[in-house]
Amino acid sequence: MSMSLLQVLIGGLLLGAVYALFSSGLTLIWGMMNVVNFAHGDFVMIAMYIAFMVWKLLGGGPFMAMPIAAMLLATLGIIAYFALVRHVMKGPMLAQILGTFGLALLLRYGMFWTFGANFQSLPENLVGGTYDLWGIRIQASRLLAGTLAIILTIALHLMLTRTSLGSKMLAVAEDATAAQLMGIRPDRMQAIAWGLAAGLTGIAGALIATFFYISPTVGETLAIIAFVTVSLGGFGSITGALVAGLLIGVIESLSGYLIGAVYKDIVVYTIFIAVLWFRPQGLMGKN
Amino acid sequence: MSNLETSQPLLSISHLEVKYGDLIGVADVSLEVGRGQIIALLGSNGAGKTTTLNAIAGLIPASSGQVEFAGHDITHQPAYAIVSQGLALSPEGWRLFVQQSVENNLMLGATTVADAAKKSDLLDKVYGIFPKLAERRTQQAGTMSGGERQMLAVGRALMSDPQLLLLDEPSLGLAPAIVESMYDTLIGLNKAGLTILLAEQSVELALEISNYAYVLQVGRNAMSGPSAALAKDPNVQKVYLGH
Repeated sequence: MSMSLLQVLIGGLLLGAVYALFSSGLTLIWGMMNVVNFAHGDFVMIAMYIAFMVWKLLGGGPFMAMPIAAMLLATLGIIAYFALVRHVMKGPMLAQILGTFGLALLLRYGMFWTFGANFQSLPENLVGGTYDLWGIRIQASRLLAGTLAIILTIALHLMLTRTSLGSKMLAVAEDATAAQLMGIRPDRMQAIAWGLAAGLTGIAGALIATFFYISPTVGETLAIIAFVTVSLGGFGSITGALVAGLLIGVIESLSGYLIGAVYKDIVVYTIFIAVLWFRPQGLMGKN
Repeated sequence: MSNLETSQPLLSISHLEVKYGDLIGVADVSLEVGRGQIIALLGSNGAGKTTTLNAIAGLIPASSGQVEFAGHDITHQPAYAIVSQGLALSPEGWRLFVQQSVENNLMLGATTVADAAKKSDLLDKVYGIFPKLAERRTQQAGTMSGGERQMLAVGRALMSDPQLLLLDEPSLGLAPAIVESMYDTLIGLNKAGLTILLAEQSVELALEISNYAYVLQVGRNAMSGPSAALAKDPNVQKVYLGH
């Protein structure tokens, strides 16, 4: 395998890991309560602006931005759950869609109003420059983002499957009524899920901001990637989101390298539609 | 006997009414469960047995009437608060967490038990009662047979260390031999001090193990009495026992 192909593959995996991380929250929320959070991409966008402000005001990089963004976004997620989601969940599906879509617009235009429509970006060398490892060139910012993203996505999966809190959350996801008979409060578990999902978008946003443009509409772009990742991996499956995220990242960079950057989206969506044609429940989803 | 008569019942329900929108699930049900007893709740499909049990456990709100447990009014408390007071329901259809392991299901049953040492004692106790569950502790609950699922449902309810166990149709869909061994287990649990309220469609079996029985008809009390007497009642024999 040529070095440049290997470099493209590794670059795709690192980007895909970040896709997996910010998609895992979306799939968690769906799995917990069958709610599609249309504001999910805008949560990431808010986190990117937080990272921008942390750099601008405090001169800090992602290690300072991540905990701040995680805490602020987790708080935003829990507020969104109690103030909005808990109420629209009782209504018809359309109420949920419009409810979280309304939140998305509120966040997006709030940012237009505060920061304007101009694209912002963090200085390229905020994390460190570009490394040359055995002939493969890797940006430090992408290496950091990809590595942390894989670790955190796996940590979320382990939390759900190996801890008693995770077991309670999965119990609510499977049968909220039976969970109540165990003495579990479904609303608390759902609030925790919102806090976790939004907190992870905080970390993802702070990481993405180190190598991606920042604008009020960037959430839209990211949300589409998240929806594709979640439906390809299987709604509600964290491991599915991880596999799908990595796959999309690799397909994107491979097709960009082999066919041309303008065509990479066409290849991704063609494969996406083909997979859903044969496996509508996604790669790791249940029937 | 005098002790039973003078002491307060563990559970007492008076004039319970439950509405589903405009539909009436239970119109007027009253019953009492004394400490240490097995009480049977009988009636055909749609008589209101499940609705009554679900209302007691707090899963559905009572539109009127009162539910008192261990001297406290629990009528308007949510299910998650009621289980922590010592009242556990094993619901209709068992409602296991089929995607989780047997042991996870049991540990979820002990959510209201704060002390870790007590949790592991309860787990040992349940594994002692149902050794099959211990063998299958890492198996996914959804892959077990009907009889094993029934054991898990009862075991999970026991994990909250209840004073009163409500069982909704524990015999439904099970082979007679499995039902019989389940009933033997229930008698053993009762002898060890557990009070049981049992909703059943198989009247003969329920009358055999219970002290007292209530018969519901279209959401109302139709008949009640000591189980031995009801089993000999010509009406009960004709309508429910097919004699």
